[in-house]
Amino acid sequence: MTNTTLGKPCIEHKNPLAQTLLEKLDYDQLTNCMRCGFCLPACPTFRETGMEPASPRGRIAMMKAVVDGIMEPDQQFQDQMNLCIGCRACEPACPADVKYGHLIEQARDAIEDHAKHSLPVNIMRRTLFKTVFPKRKSWKIIGGALAFYQKSGLQKFAHGVGAMNMFPEHVAEMESILPEASSKGVIERLGTFIPAKGEAIGTVAMFKGCIMDVMFAGTNVNTVDLLAEAGFNVHIPKEQVCCGALHAHSGEMTDARELARQNVDAFMKYDVDYIVTNAGGCGALLIEYDHVLHEDEAYKDKAKWFADRIIDISELLIAKGRLPQFKQKKESDGVVRVTYQDSCHLRNVMKTASAPRTLVKQVANVQFVEMKEADRCCGSGGVYNVVQPEMASDILEHKMEHANVTEASYMLTSNPGCLLQMKLGIEKHKPKQPMEALHIVDFLHERMLSSK
Amino acid sequence: MLNEQVAKRLRDIVGEKYFRTDQEALVTHSYDGTPMLQSLPDGVIYPQSTEHVQAIMKVLHEYKIPVVSRGSGSNLCGGTTPLSGGIVMVMHRMNNIVEVDMENLTATVQTGVITGEFIAHVESLGLFYPPDPSSMKISTIGGNIAECSGGLRGLKYGTTKDYVLGLTAVLANGEVIKTGGKLTKDVAGYDLTKLLIGSEGTLAIITEAILKLVPKPKTKKTLVAMYKDIYGAARTVSSIIKNQIIPATLEILDNTTIQVVDDFAKIGLPRDMAAILLIEQDGEPEVVERDMEKIYTICQEEKADRLEMAANEEEALKLLTARRSAFTALARLRPTTILEDATVPRSKIADMILKTNEIAKKYNVNIATFGHAGDGNLHPTATTDARDKEEVHRVEEAFAEIFDAAIELGGTITGEHGVGTVKAPYLEWKVGAAGIEVMKGIKAAFDPHNLLNPDKMFAKQTKKRVVITRD
Repeated sequence: MTNTTLGKPCIEHKNPLAQTLLEKLDYDQLTNCMRCGFCLPACPTFRETGMEPASPRGRIAMMKAVVDGIMEPDQQFQDQMNLCIGCRACEPACPADVKYGHLIEQARDAIEDHAKHSLPVNIMRRTLFKTVFPKRKSWKIIGGALAFYQKSGLQKFAHGVGAMNMFPEHVAEMESILPEASSKGVIERLGTFIPAKGEAIGTVAMFKGCIMDVMFAGTNVNTVDLLAEAGFNVHIPKEQVCCGALHAHSGEMTDARELARQNVDAFMKYDVDYIVTNAGGCGALLIEYDHVLHEDEAYKDKAKWFADRIIDISELLIAKGRLPQFKQKKESDGVVRVTYQDSCHLRNVMKTASAPRTLVKQVANVQFVEMKEADRCCGSGGVYNVVQPEMASDILEHKMEHANVTEASYMLTSNPGCLLQMKLGIEKHKPKQPMEALHIVDFLHERMLSSK
Repeated sequence: MLNEQVAKRLRDIVGEKYFRTDQEALVTHSYDGTPMLQSLPDGVIYPQSTEHVQAIMKVLHEYKIPVVSRGSGSNLCGGTTPLSGGIVMVMHRMNNIVEVDMENLTATVQTGVITGEFIAHVESLGLFYPPDPSSMKISTIGGNIAECSGGLRGLKYGTTKDYVLGLTAVLANGEVIKTGGKLTKDVAGYDLTKLLIGSEGTLAIITEAILKLVPKPKTKKTLVAMYKDIYGAARTVSSIIKNQIIPATLEILDNTTIQVVDDFAKIGLPRDMAAILLIEQDGEPEVVERDMEKIYTICQEEKADRLEMAANEEEALKLLTARRSAFTALARLRPTTILEDATVPRSKIADMILKTNEIAKKYNVNIATFGHAGDGNLHPTATTDARDKEEVHRVEEAFAEIFDAAIELGGTITGEHGVGTVKAPYLEWKVGAAGIEVMKGIKAAFDPHNLLNPDKMFAKQTKKRVVITRD
């Protein structure tokens, strides 16, 4: 048996946004929600507010009410759609398998079609979504500029004269924890093909990500190194672009689809077993390219080929890799306590939760401590902490309370946004004992016994 | 629409943030877990204390405004849909566990506490609160009391009503009553505690409860018996009881349910079986061992095709998870899922399953059955599409006939979900015209102006009993 399709209500909405929502929202999915409420305890914004409108069930009910003509999609409606972090923790909790993530993207896409942003916001969105993210070159320039700012003494100067005080507090906070950027990404450092060490057991392509490759280029290099060590030949397609996740989450679906097509073309040139990511946020969209392009006849099948190959590095290492040995840097370090914060998209969309934990437990002299509610969002949510600073900050505060209890020396995670948020949390809430936030790849790489 | 004066007075009680009349609040409190029901309230209020509720009720009583009190709105009988508008009172902020009394083995809670969180808390203290409705992750204790929720452990441990010792409740006029106490014996007057349990928010607003706790059973063992013949499973249930063994859990899943649950939980259930029985016994190790051995033998005698004893707690938990997700997993088949809870004496379980299959065939509808076989509480569940009016009508007719069949077998129209809106037209079938009159009298005594959850329990018109099988 499959879902019968009986179509959408036959209504001609006067409100243009309501009409667009009617066109864009998947009405079958709206009907599939049976309002059992099982998603409520999983939702971070419901937990913080205790209010039904800020829950997945509430948001779906509102989308359906708009389409059904019961409700006007007013500003409050739009704000509520934007308050969702998009962590998608509601999806594994949903027994009826409602694709909430798709619904919220469709809603935001519709809202964005009618949005009247102020001029500065419009310019910023255009610059980011149309110029910066889609183009490889712009990331090099950003990386270079940021590196110059950090290394030239300009950052010190800016801090010295209190320049950061001119920015809102949460922006200033973010600036203070930014890692050292670089204009040299993984390809500039390693080239486009890195052979496996020893006998090759497979060939993979690496998705490097745009933020990852500027802010965490070292992590990308380490990722390749780990893959090679584990027996994989690694291609890094030069033509790859931004995954489009930030576009999709911000309602810029047309742009997201264009980026998806470019990436599909870039990777299909290589005969690979897997396409590896080290950022849950990117991976979650990449693995859904088949959905992103499902209406595109020319790309539908290619997108499926692409999506079927997406895998997170930790999952690949555990499932298929020839694992190297991991041990502490110095014997004298004794037993080190380590905890792990799930990347929501890695866990809820890519369904990778146990692999990172299993990997960490393989490092000699590591005591893995499970943090309470490690599976709950940290509040980062791509750019969520910048656009919804209050909610993000409340969520982070609760997260750090749990982090504190673990007494871990390392807080590991698998996504750049989460990593920055954890760094911010540690900086802001100062756990009792020193804690360092690291990408799991970097933690493992530092402790890997290389075969060289 | 509420007049400005009322709105202002309500706002003054709970604060600006916790009384809302904005569109999004109204829309998101216009439904509960029941399919095909929606009605907008005029306002939504979130009290934090019994005093808040009292003050609110005084205002609503003065202006004769109806109120629907609710927890998470996960009920399946249309019990908390505000059909007459008015105010929806959400109890979520009243979620304190006031105390756990280790000397009297009681817990005192505000009724907005989430059942699952409460259970986790008492279990961390080595105690046990047995009522475990499938929605316990999100349902509230208050909601459980209002509906007298059951769960998987009903057979051996009883349901919510067996664990409520005392209540604090606000009446329609704003007066507070306290019933019962930390007492096992209390015959001072009518038993108002029991009367309020299962009253579905129609008699009073329950704000605090004293709950009975029991020692946590020392061990637990889980057995799965699978049958290619559904009647073999049904006979096993009767036989276990006849042998005077009362298992903690005795659940049944039919083939449709097995397939759907396995798609959802991916736990390797055998998809070719007609029925699975999930049997669990808890208690002292020797007793558990002895009972489970005996049950194993009974299953063999009734020709179970496969028998598996869960090797460890993890495996047992997985199997129970399968049963818990049955209802919601069924929703994957079709957009709309209508789940009922017709209940028969446990000795009649085989007849009831047989009859349900027959009725489903007659009306050409998809009905999967699972449920609490041990206490006769079945969940015949129809999967359909709310947009297909003709099919929905056939489903409704099929259910009417299922209710009738249950009553014929000495059963009832609802075992644990409550009457609410959807079962109201059938209430008279079960309790009779005189029974309805008594109930209406009780309602009038508590709530003469019909302010508390109006339009529930009593239908304007009883459904005609078209199918008369008795002669």
